[in-house]
Amino acid sequence: MMTMSDDQARHLFDALPVHDEDTTRRLRERLAVAAARNGLLDVAYRTIDTPVGTLLLAATEQGLVRVAYDREDHDAVLAKLAEAVSSRILLAPARLDPAAHQLDEYFARTRRVFDLPLDFRLSRGFRRAVLAHLPEIGYGRTESYAQVAAAAGSPKAVRAVGTACATNPLPVVVPCHRVVRSDGGFGGYVGGEDAKRTLLSLEAS
Amino acid sequence: MDEYGPMVLRVCRAVLGPVDAEDAWSETFLAAMQAYPDLPVDANVEAWLVTIAHRKAIDITRAQARRAVPVEEVPERPSTSRRPEAWDGDLWHALAELPDKQRAAVAYHYVAGLPYKEIAEITGGSTDAARRAAADGIKSLRATYAHTTSVGGTTP
Repeated sequence: MMTMSDDQARHLFDALPVHDEDTTRRLRERLAVAAARNGLLDVAYRTIDTPVGTLLLAATEQGLVRVAYDREDHDAVLAKLAEAVSSRILLAPARLDPAAHQLDEYFARTRRVFDLPLDFRLSRGFRRAVLAHLPEIGYGRTESYAQVAAAAGSPKAVRAVGTACATNPLPVVVPCHRVVRSDGGFGGYVGGEDAKRTLLSLEAS
Repeated sequence: MDEYGPMVLRVCRAVLGPVDAEDAWSETFLAAMQAYPDLPVDANVEAWLVTIAHRKAIDITRAQARRAVPVEEVPERPSTSRRPEAWDGDLWHALAELPDKQRAAVAYHYVAGLPYKEIAEITGGSTDAARRAAADGIKSLRATYAHTTSVGGTTP
């Protein structure tokens, strides 16, 4: 009896595209709308292009939950979100429209304060207390790590403030870039020192 | 979904053809998102998704049967896309002529890559029956489709 090998038989389906980008994109958009309507879209995400590179934005139903720089590796960030929040995670720009719009305005210097619901579920304890204080550092101003530690209620926890800033899940929107070294140095930044300099000069001009 | 979306679309297309495949894909992932919290951590996601897609395909085929006007013969299906690599002409035409069980078996084995044991669990029946259905399906496809194209290779 003549038989075809599995491999030969598999080639019978070569005409079926393995990746059909256009259709996949359209179907994903449709799914995102249907999932949101059915309360199944736990995390929506999109990216935006900014002067500090491409930013990944992700939001739960409660609010913006993650802003990530390119250097953090967006795929890795999404994988972590799937683990920490929910695997019901889709590219669904609509939920991020207000955040994207306000960030555009911020980078165009027409916005100084973000007015967005924020979901702080990715940070806990002292780190969260630090993040809660950061928006009080006004646009164009800076504070030292020591000042932030004092404001967050633990004057000695200077290093912990550094850690809180380095692990800020919402950079730019929660302005950890306004925390600098007391000797005048920039200090580290989750988006890299160049990004920190760009944000601070943008706010200074 | 990024990981499995393209595979599920290919499977749906092989089982349902160009138009209904998109509905089946959407319903599969919506159902998957709904059911997701119940998925055991060690589950085989491909098999799980194909299982859902299989049920959706049955739903869609049944709904069609209720709507359908019986015709003497399957009408010629012109290619619905104008791309040169269009699969929805000859290949789908050949797949559409297979009995449902054979079409499902070839799609789940050769497109989704599932072993016959898992296919049997999805379609019902024995592992051997699934293997036979796939073999028969491939034989027919080779006769009706492969000879019109260069794909599939030649057997001595």
